Amino acid sequence: MLKKEKDPAFVKFRGIVKRFGKVTAVEAMDLDIPEGALVTLLGPSGCGKTTLLRMLAGLESPTHGDIIIKGKRVNDTPIHRRNLGMIFQNYALFPHKTIFDNVAFGLKYRGIPRDVMKDKVLAALEMVRLPGVENRMPSQLSGGQQQRIALARAIVIEPDVLLMDEPLSALDENLREDMRREIDKLQQDLGVTTIFVTHDQREALSMSDKIVVMKDGRVQQEGTPIEVYNNSANHFVADFLGHSNFIGSTVEAPENGRIRVRLDDGSSFLTNPSETFNPGDRADIVIRAQKFAINHRSDQGELAGMNVLSGRIRERNYMGGEVSYYVELANGEVIHVINLVKRNPFRRGDDVTIAVDPENCRLLRELP
Amino acid sequence: MKLFSGWSLIRAYTLLVYVWMFTPIVAVVLLSFNPQQFGSFPMEGFSFKWYVKLAHNATILTAFKNSLVLGSITSVLATAIGIPAAMAFVRYEFRGKEAINTLLLAPIMIPEVVLGVALLLFLRWLQQPKSFLLLVIGHVVLTLPYVLLVVQARLVGIRKEYEEAALSLGASPFQTFREITFPLLAPAVFAGMLFAFTISFDDVTATLFWATARNQTVPVQIFGMLRNSISPEINALGAVMIVLTVSLPLVAGYVSRRFARGSQA
Repeated sequence: MLKKEKDPAFVKFRGIVKRFGKVTAVEAMDLDIPEGALVTLLGPSGCGKTTLLRMLAGLESPTHGDIIIKGKRVNDTPIHRRNLGMIFQNYALFPHKTIFDNVAFGLKYRGIPRDVMKDKVLAALEMVRLPGVENRMPSQLSGGQQQRIALARAIVIEPDVLLMDEPLSALDENLREDMRREIDKLQQDLGVTTIFVTHDQREALSMSDKIVVMKDGRVQQEGTPIEVYNNSANHFVADFLGHSNFIGSTVEAPENGRIRVRLDDGSSFLTNPSETFNPGDRADIVIRAQKFAINHRSDQGELAGMNVLSGRIRERNYMGGEVSYYVELANGEVIHVINLVKRNPFRRGDDVTIAVDPENCRLLRELP
Repeated sequence: MKLFSGWSLIRAYTLLVYVWMFTPIVAVVLLSFNPQQFGSFPMEGFSFKWYVKLAHNATILTAFKNSLVLGSITSVLATAIGIPAAMAFVRYEFRGKEAINTLLLAPIMIPEVVLGVALLLFLRWLQQPKSFLLLVIGHVVLTLPYVLLVVQARLVGIRKEYEEAALSLGASPFQTFREITFPLLAPAVFAGMLFAFTISFDDVTATLFWATARNQTVPVQIFGMLRNSISPEINALGAVMIVLTVSLPLVAGYVSRRFARGSQA
């Protein structure tokens, strides 16, 4: 089948700055959203992700810069002429209209004949797996169902871009996973360019084609989930995407594409550098808590080629499938380790070794 | 022992408060059915005499018509001005917002006498005669704050996302207002209109300053009648007023509940 070439910059942000009075919400933002992709804007609250989404929607206007959709600058296009689908955290179904009228709302303004409209609405309800609810009122549906109706309402108008502002955060924990998969599947089936705003790194990692990590109105890193998780560009990204340990060290010498460093407690590590370092440079080794393997100190197994530290378990938190340990090293430094539960979890006070593959020891320049 | 428990004292006290509040009103209604010219208890008979007399009193009927027309125009105008104002205060940011809002609510705090005189002086300054238009303007000033408060309170409760969702789906700002904001706002608009009508219908103090001989309202008419004599006709008129001002909100409440149920089903 012959596929049309996908536009790698279907939506473009060029030099976007947004200020609210003296507060800068978004600072010098350049970003491309590829056609058909699901791109996540990830960051803590106040990082500017929602502001960026609202500017694309036309609910805020940028202080500087251009927003381009399908090659057309839309800065001066009002929201109701932008042809976007929007999903809100609190569903925002019109409480005084039936489900049918809610879903049909956008079609009314597109000059679609009555009978076609009906077919489209029913097809959309089918697509979100809620057929037969068209005569109910929103208040008669559960939160998850309401959000699916909101999804139907947004996709039925065949928007150029689908915008989702924390669509899962109002839902219960167990419902959230179902809904996330539903959105993911729907997005792939329809191939609609989607921008998804969230502060939840698991949501972002599990469904995105591309993640844009933001902080203080700036992009910290953009890339595929695997790239940003494994090759975090800086301390913030490494920490935000999962429990990371930062261990101070001094660079010694390159060694087979890796870099050997000396830890502050005197032990030697092979690391996976993010950039070039010179001997004597200060650097932080970034290691995710899940990447350590924990063993009794007496139990010296296959540790060849691994970086090894020894210490004593200070604290243990059982979390069902996993156990989280805090291991205190001889110099008092504490390392966070998360391991799957084995038959005999370690106890507080156990002397252990923790080992990690050099591949998983990311070397970042020390923060000034 | 039980007789003097705290609760029975509170009950007795509450009863006294009610008696104190409602005895005069009940007296007015009862005396309106008393055939004697100088009514006193115990009543000596029962008749609709004063009601019949009232129905043939041309001055009263005109005043009644004036009050109804004035109240209706006032309530429509006050809501027509109040809704956009409330939208601006709740939905938009602009310079001097707080100051303007306080100014619009000020007529609640300012004594009506002052308002009455002020508007008269203003009219004098404009070199215009007193007219029905003056009454309308005055009553809109009096009632606008209440409409504004009721509509604003409701608007704060309507999440902005509803409007944003409608806009994102392609409805223009006006279509969004017509399809989403106004229907959600309707109960408050209705309540505001009712407020405006009752306040306008009841007002004496300010209206005394503004009304001309031709534009008497019912309360002002009653006030004028009292100056001459205490005719039992006034009791009858009072009873009619009571029935009207009590039943209007009740009916309105019932209608709006019916509407609400209708949109649920």
